[in-house]
Formats: sequence, C-alpha cells, structure tokens
Amino acid sequence: MTIPSYWRTRRQRLSLEGEICPHCRRHVFPPRDICPYCGGPAKAAASLSGRGTVYSFSLVHNAPAGFEPYAPYLVAIVKLDEGPLVTAQLTDVSPDEVSIGMPVEMVTRKLREEGEEGLIVYGYKFRPLLQAEAL
Amino acid sequence: MRDVAILGLGQTPVGEHWDLSLRDLGAQAIVSALKDAGIEAPQLLVVGNMLSGSLSHQENLGALLADYAGLRGIEALKVEAACASGAMAVRMAYLAVAGGMVDIAVACGVEKMTDGSSEETTTALAAAADDLFESDQGISFVALNAMLMRRYMHEFGYRREDFAEFAVNAHRNAARNPNAMFRRPITPQAFAEAKMIATPISLLDSAGIGDGAAALVLGPMDLARRLGGAVIRIAASASATDSVALHDRRDPLEVRAIYLSAQRAYAQAGVGPQDIDLFELHDAFTIMSALSLEGAGFAPRGGGVRLALEGEIGLEGRIPISTMGGLKARGHPVGATGVYQIVEAALQLRGQAGENQIPNCRLAMTQNIGGSGANVVTHILERLA
Amino acid sequence: MSVMKPLRAVGIVGYGAYIPRFRLSTTEIDRIWHGGEALAPIREKAVAGLDEDTVTISIEAARNALARAGIAPSKLRAVWVGSESHPYAVKPSSAIVAEAIGATPETLGADWQFACKAGTEALQAAIALVGSGMADYALAIGADTAQGRPGDELEYTAAAGGAAYIVGPAEEALATLEGSYSYVTDMPDFWRRPMQRYPQHGGRFTGEPAYFAHTEAAVRALMEGLHIAPEEVTWAVFHQPNVRFPRRAAQELGFQPHHIAPGLLAEEIGNTYAGSALLGLSAVLDIAEPGQRILLVSFGSGAGSDAFLWRTTERIAERRSAAPFTRAYLARRTPIDYGTYVRYHGKLHMH
Repeated sequence: MTIPSYWRTRRQRLSLEGEICPHCRRHVFPPRDICPYCGGPAKAAASLSGRGTVYSFSLVHNAPAGFEPYAPYLVAIVKLDEGPLVTAQLTDVSPDEVSIGMPVEMVTRKLREEGEEGLIVYGYKFRPLLQAEAL
Repeated sequence: MRDVAILGLGQTPVGEHWDLSLRDLGAQAIVSALKDAGIEAPQLLVVGNMLSGSLSHQENLGALLADYAGLRGIEALKVEAACASGAMAVRMAYLAVAGGMVDIAVACGVEKMTDGSSEETTTALAAAADDLFESDQGISFVALNAMLMRRYMHEFGYRREDFAEFAVNAHRNAARNPNAMFRRPITPQAFAEAKMIATPISLLDSAGIGDGAAALVLGPMDLARRLGGAVIRIAASASATDSVALHDRRDPLEVRAIYLSAQRAYAQAGVGPQDIDLFELHDAFTIMSALSLEGAGFAPRGGGVRLALEGEIGLEGRIPISTMGGLKARGHPVGATGVYQIVEAALQLRGQAGENQIPNCRLAMTQNIGGSGANVVTHILERLA
Repeated sequence: MSVMKPLRAVGIVGYGAYIPRFRLSTTEIDRIWHGGEALAPIREKAVAGLDEDTVTISIEAARNALARAGIAPSKLRAVWVGSESHPYAVKPSSAIVAEAIGATPETLGADWQFACKAGTEALQAAIALVGSGMADYALAIGADTAQGRPGDELEYTAAAGGAAYIVGPAEEALATLEGSYSYVTDMPDFWRRPMQRYPQHGGRFTGEPAYFAHTEAAVRALMEGLHIAPEEVTWAVFHQPNVRFPRRAAQELGFQPHHIAPGLLAEEIGNTYAGSALLGLSAVLDIAEPGQRILLVSFGSGAGSDAFLWRTTERIAERRSAAPFTRAYLARRTPIDYGTYVRYHGKLHMH
C-alpha cells in the first residue's frame, strides 16, 4: 500500500466509515460511488456500529510480506449488524475460542509496520464483544 | 462469426525450472504448439500472465515472447485476469479468429513463480484479491478460500476429511502425466495430517505453484479440416465476472460468475452438464472444486463434496475432473493454468491422454477462475469425427 | 500560591479506560532473571499485544469516554495524548486518535510528554481550554506501553494501559472540578535519552526526593488551598509505580486504606505510567456515588505532580454504564510467559 492510498482511506480504515444509499437505504461498506444493491449513486457517508457476527474465519500460518511478525493470526469475514460483510483480522481472541456466529465488535489496532523506519499502519479489526465477555 | 478449431498445442512440464526464465518457458510452448499445428506464420499472439510484473519485473510480454518465439513483427499483447489469465488469453484469440479479423492466432499462458521468495509470491498472488479491503488487512489468497471452505463445512455439515478425494484423485492422475509437477499418489490419511496454511486449508488442499507455459494455435474450421487429423472445435467460449472482494457478495458460497459463465457456455454450445464427458475445473483449492461442480450444474448447492465422496469424479466416474492432475497436482503456474486445462482437454479429445485417457469422449469442458470467483472463463471443446 | 480554578465551572463529562488483556506475572520475570529470589513489588502487569500501542489504547479509551459523554466527537476542540511511548518520535499520536474517533478537522491536537504525568498535564490544559470559554469540550488522554530494560527492577512494573477524560461544562459533568494544583522541580530521578530503548533511573533516589516530595507537596497545597481535610474526601487516587509508594504517601497525608483501595490497581496491572493515576480515577468513578469528593494526584519523573479535587454529580450513576467498566478490562486477563512477552514487546530482533 502506498502512503497516499493509506491517507485516502483513513476514515474507512480507522473508524469503519461507510455509506448509506439514499435510494434503497442500505448500508454500504467499503464506500463506493454506485450502490451495489440498487445501482443508484451512493455518496452519503454513514458510520457503522462496528457490531456484527463472525460469518467465517481462518487462522493464517503463511502470512503475506509485512505480516510475518504477527503470524499465526486470525482473519474473518464479519457480518455487520447493518448488513454488509467486511473482511478483517480478529484480535484479543484465541483460535479455539472463535466460532461462526460469534458476536464481535470493531476496534482500531496496528495492522503492521513498514519496517522500523516506515509508516505504522492502523486499521479496523474485530474482537469478541467485551461486555458479553466480562460483565 | 465463424467456427474456431484448435490447430495445435504445446506445453512445458510444470515444476521448478531453475534453468529457464519467463521468456524461455513462453517461447518453448509457442514453438512447440506451432510445430504441432504445422504452421509457421500466425498473425496474432495473446499472452496470458498474471505475475510477470511483480515477480520478474517484466511487462510487455506480447512483444517479448513474439520476439523470442521467432515471431517478431506480429501483433501481440498480454491479457490479465488473475488466475484466469490463461483461459482469457485463449478467449481473446478465439474472438479474433471467430470474428474473422485474424486467421491464425496463438494463445500462450506463461508464469514464472520460483524467482521470488515464498512471502513475495504470497503477496503477489494476493493481488488477485481486493487490495484495499482484503489484502491490506493481511488476508492471503489462501485465507479467503479457507473462509469459504469453513463456511461451506458449517452450512452443509462436512468435515475437512470429506474434501480428501479431490486431492487424492488429482494426485492419482498426475502420477501418470509426464508434464505434472507432483507425480506421486497421496492417501486420505496424508491429506488429514497435512500441514495447515490457513485453517482449514492445508498444503494438500492447495494447488502447488510452479513454473510453466502452455500454448494453443487457433484457426478457422475449414483450415483445421485441410490440415487433417482429429478436429477439435471450440464449441463455446464464455466468461463472466463477480465482485473481486468476497465480502461484496450476497452469498459468498454461490459464486455467480461460475454459474453465469457455465450457463453462457452451455447456451452457446447447445448442450447441458449431462452431455459433458470430462471437466477440467479450477481446483486451486479443494473448496473451489466443490463450488465449481455446483455452479456449473454437476451437483446441487452443497453437493459438490458429496459427488467426490461418491466416487463420481474419477476417470471412470460420472464427471471426471482434473484428469491430468488438475491445478492441485499437475501444478498451478497461475497465468498459464487456463491454457494447460484446454491443452489437456484437447489431448483427451484427441485420444492422446495416455494412461489417463477417458474412452470415447466427445465433449470436454474447462473452467478457469480468477480471484475467488471474480473472473471465470469457461470453454467447451468438441471432437468432430 | 493559590489553587487553580478556571473562569467558568468545568468537570468531567465522560471518561473511559483501556487495559490490554495480556498479563505477565512478576514471578515469571523473577524466574528468568533472579531465580525467584527477588521481592516482587506487584503481582502482575498488563502487557500490550502485538497490535497494540499508545495510539490504539488511546483510541479505545477515547471511544469509551465519548460513549459516556454522549456528545458528537466533532464537538471536541482538543484531542491531547500524554505518553512516554508515542509510537512516532515525530508525527502526533493525537492526530491519529482524533481521526479515528471522528474529531477531525476542527480540533487542537498535540502529544504531551512529562514521564508519568503527561496525561494529567493534558488534563490541566483541557480544564483551562474549557474553563476559559475557548472550547466546550476537550479530550485529555494518558496512555503508555512502558518498557523496562530486561532484568531491571523497572521491568517488573512497566505496563500498558490508558484512560481518557472529556472535560466540559460543569452543568453536564459527572464530576465537577473543585480546584487543581501543579508542582514541578528539576529532578534527575528517571530519564530516557533520544533513540534509547530503555530508561535510566536513580534507584532509591526515585522515592523520597522525587515521588514523595512532589506528590505530597501538591496534595497539601491543594487541600489547604481548598480548606478540605482528608476525612472530607471519599476517594483518593495516587500515581502508582507499585503498591507501596501510594500506600505510604496516602498514610503520610492522613488518608485511610479505604480511601485508596478502589483506585489502587498496580497490584493487578502494574505501572501504566501516564495511564496510572487516570486509570485509578476511572476505577473510582465506576463505583462512586453522587456528591462524593475524589482526590487525584499524579507524579511524573523529572519531576512534578498534578493534583485535582473532583466532586461527583447525579449524572455519574446514569452515564457510567454507557461504556465498559475498568473492572471489565481487569477481568479480561490472559497470562503469558516471558518468551511471549519478549516477542510482543519487540525485545526480539527479527532483522
């Protein structure tokens, strides 16, 4: 990823900012100009709750370049309460604790570092609902 | 539109070709296909390739391979559709000949994968996924397929071991294909115990990547008849797209592009799945075999694995797949794979598949999948008497 | 000198805590370095995961504070992060935090540095910004992922965590400010030079002339200035580099063990540096009843103390359940061994 690309997508990465289609009222993430559901123009920014459930998941042993220090790590497709699916890492959870359907919430975490001198890349991840776990 | 035939074919073995570069591999396949066809002067070369820019720092493959294959001067270009680049190159050559603008076209799929480190190759392959919202999250291409597999197991009640037959069948067939990369049979137990790459996908769910090139010479039907020998007609060439990102699909287990490209191919050929004698599908992962069988109409939703468990995918089965080893065991030189599939299907129709020959086959289907089902190219080949 | 009070009455309108889930026990550190012979100052400390740093800790604490405040993030006119472990030497943590919580672009942003009192320094500034009328809401955060040299006594306690406070008008406050006081002198008790991974410290010198002198001077000046006796205060929260220091300071200032018990977290999480006193305060706000006075005093090496006196309002009970309690983070506990800790904290060089 390039530095301008990280900057352009900072709101989506840091806070899961999506869109709501003004025509069909569906939530869209990641944002795009044409609503994938009804085909109408969709440009109204809308925040998402960050709550959802695990649709599927995997424990990655062979990491792509830049992610080796974190392996093995969990990745998932999460179904957000508002409807969209989103692909992200899971954090604060052990592989044996994850299951399909598990409620999760968005947190902003470090995704990787571009070496000791480069950019630190932050972005959304998901973890088990804190309240459900501890209160 | 005019009918198009396969006039010639060529391939290099798939493997770790430490002594051969990208251009050597491509040129060998092209020269060998032209020799097979008995043709010296094609007008068009279409190269299918995905990774030359990222792994070999080489683009402009059309001109490069034309030059190294002794074809300097002809029209040439590269097409890219991730892992479906090979079949897409064949389709572009097909369109040129079918449309009448070109009489003889060569389609060559080539990939050189062993010059990069394992991490570099994993990263380059991840470019088939959505860079901003999949790859940037640390999601490898294997991980995307792993999540499909886990969801599939969850929805349809399968265990990981139930996928073993896809890999066992592929290795059994590869053992008898001199061009295959993994020429040794494996057991269901080895499958069960294989090392995990991204759970639940292990090394033995995944196609091994390797270097390789394959090529086809296409021309009009009347020329094929004049040249003599078995005439292989391209009865259908069709492709379709879906979202690149899995998360943008309403039901990730129903790969729309697999269904659409198969339906378009059946309509063009005027046949249905019941007429197909063998199916070279895109078994980059065992889960893709299941989804491909389902999307192309050979099994109902959730029934692809059942078909394998019932022994229907072997050479004697209802729908033989991966008859020369498939991506799994012939090896998966990514952008070349789609051309290998068609070369192998053509060999079956010519009766030149050796120990893996399927008797009396007339109709063969191939399906090449780019990304996690984002770009799918389906061909149906017919042997004319 | 008198107690500091803003022009208009202000208070805490929202607060939030964050503590990473990993815990390293001091007996595990001891096993590696001293054969189990040393005296452990605490039971265990909180350790950041591979994907956590001062920025991520700050973001979650800030989101919790916003949930309790119930205000739009765009209303924050300052996002200030105090830490000695900012992920960048140059590039503000505060701007990343502000973007992540939705406070950009109409906001101040700056990183504060004053060892363990960087967060309370930011809090003083937030009080001033809102108290002067320049802003209605300002966010002050203290967070750290503190590091000690392997085997050094600091390694037993240097921990990760943080807390965030939104200062706003007193009418909306969960706890109003009665007054504050700051006390600073030049002290060579603890430092870290540029580009160095681990700090140096003055051993026993960090106690008497540093921690105790500054903490106690600040508290005495504040209490005397406000004419408040210890028995008029319900809860007292101290900077807690260990358990012993805050207990002794409290005793010397006339407080009883029950005053400091709910805000003393060092035994369970260690010294979270800029997060330390502020996390203690969040644990107290989680349980305080309306109308109770809370004393907060930080200590930062170098050295100085910021002291604050707060009084809870009726709103405390209704707002605090809008985010996870400090106790929820304390209960979320995954023990790790020293090897895992070395990997998580970059003490293992991969290149």
